[in-house]
Amino acid sequence: MFDLYGYQEIFLEGAWLTLQVALLSLLLAIFLGLIAALAKISHSTILKSLATLYTTIIRGIPDLILMLLIFFGGQMLINNLSYNLNEWINETMTQYYPSHEWTSYLPDYIDISPYFAGIVTIGFIFGAYMAETFRGAIQSVDKGQLEAATAYGMNKYKRFTRVMFPQMMRHALPGLGNNWLVLLKTTALVSVIGLQDMVKIAGDASGSTQKPFTFYLVVALVFLFYTAISSVVLNWAERRYSIQTR
Amino acid sequence: MDFSIIINEYPFYLSGLWTTTWLVATSLLIGLLIAIPAGLLQDHSWWIIKWPIRAYMYFFRGSPLLVQLFLIYYGAAQFESLRETWAWEFLQEAWFCALLAFTLNTGAYTAEIVRGVVATVPEGEVEAAKAYGMNRWKTLKRIILPNALRRALPAYSNEIIFMIHGSAVAGIVTIVDITGAARVVNARYYAPFEAYLAAALLYMCLTFTVIYLFKLWEKSYQH
Repeated sequence: MFDLYGYQEIFLEGAWLTLQVALLSLLLAIFLGLIAALAKISHSTILKSLATLYTTIIRGIPDLILMLLIFFGGQMLINNLSYNLNEWINETMTQYYPSHEWTSYLPDYIDISPYFAGIVTIGFIFGAYMAETFRGAIQSVDKGQLEAATAYGMNKYKRFTRVMFPQMMRHALPGLGNNWLVLLKTTALVSVIGLQDMVKIAGDASGSTQKPFTFYLVVALVFLFYTAISSVVLNWAERRYSIQTR
Repeated sequence: MDFSIIINEYPFYLSGLWTTTWLVATSLLIGLLIAIPAGLLQDHSWWIIKWPIRAYMYFFRGSPLLVQLFLIYYGAAQFESLRETWAWEFLQEAWFCALLAFTLNTGAYTAEIVRGVVATVPEGEVEAAKAYGMNRWKTLKRIILPNALRRALPAYSNEIIFMIHGSAVAGIVTIVDITGAARVVNARYYAPFEAYLAAALLYMCLTFTVIYLFKLWEKSYQH
C-alpha cells in the first residue's frame, strides 16, 4: 500500500495500538465520569467532596506527570506494599510457629504492563473531564421526565437507564466529542512509558533509517486522519441525536 | 517513602519551575501575536490568505504536541541543507525547538478562540461604529477587540492551563523543566513516587495560581 522503509507493517500495528488504547480509555473515562457526575449531584457530602477532590486534582496535574506517577511510582508502591505485607505475614507466622520457614506468599515483583497503565491513567484523567460534561448534561434533563418515570413506578435503576441516560447523552454529546479529540491526542504520551505505539515505533524507525521527519510526519498525519474521521462521526451523531424542534 | 530527597533537591525543582514558567509565558505571548491575525484572517475572501492559515490551524490542532515537538527537535536533522544554515544554530537547541513547537501549537488553538469570539461580536456594535464614521481598523481596535477580549477570557485561561500541562513534554527532550527535574531526581535516587509527586504539586500550584488570577481579572470586568 505505502512504503515506509520496510516499517509499514509494524507501523500499522502501532497505529492500531494507539486507537485501541484511545478507545479503551474512552470507555473507562465514560464509566468513571458517570460515577463522578452522579456523586457530584448526590445528596451525600462525602461523595460530593470525594468527586470534587478527584476532578480538582486531575485538572491541576499534567497528564504526562500522572502517567509517570502511576506507572513508575505506582509500580514501586505496589511492590513495597507487597514486600512489607509478606514480611509481616512471615513474622507473625514465626511468632506462633517457631519452626515456620520463610516463604514468599506474595509475588516478589509485580510488573505493571505499560498497556494497562496507559489505559488506566488516560481513563482516570479523562474521567474527571467527563464528570463535568455529564454533570451539566444530567442537570439539563427536564425534572418532569424523572417525575413521570417515578409516577410510572420505575425504580432508581430503571429511571436512570430508561429515562435519564438516553436524554442526557444528547446534551453530553458535544462535550463528549471534545473530550474524545483531546484524549486521542493524549494517547501519544503512552510511548513515554514504553508502549509500542506508533510514536515509539516512529522513534525506533527514525533511529535506524535517519529519517525522523518523515516518520513523525506520518504519525502526525495518522492523528489528523483519526481526528478527521472522529469529527465526521461526531457531526453525524450530533445531527442524528439533536433535539428535533417541530 | 523518603521525602527528604525532595527537600534536599529543592533548588533543582525551583529552577525547573522557572524554566516551565518562562517557556510557557514566552510561547503564549508569541502565540498570541500569531493567533490574532490568524484568527481574524482565516475567513478572508482571498484563498491565498485563507487556506494556509486554515491548514496551519488544522495541523497544529489535530495532532499531539509531543509529535509536533519530536517533528521539530528530531526531524530538523533530516535535512542536510538546513544543517548548513544559521537556523541550525537554534534548531539543535532543545529549548528553541520546545519554544517553537509550543508557540505554533498555542497559536493555532488561540486563533480558534479569536475566531470564535470575533464572529460573535454583536452586529449592532459594529454598525454603530460604522455610523460614527470609524474605519475598519478603528472599529477593530476600539470595538471588536476589547469586546472580544472580555468574552475570550474563560477560554483563554483554559488554553493557558492546557499549555502549562502540555509543556511537561519538554522534559522528554532533555530540557530541565519541572518534569525534567523530576526525571533527573528519579534517575539519581530511584524514587519515582516522591520525585513525580513533587512535580505534580508544583504543577498544581502553577495551575491554581493561573485560575485564581483569571477569576480576579474576570471579576474586574463585571463592574
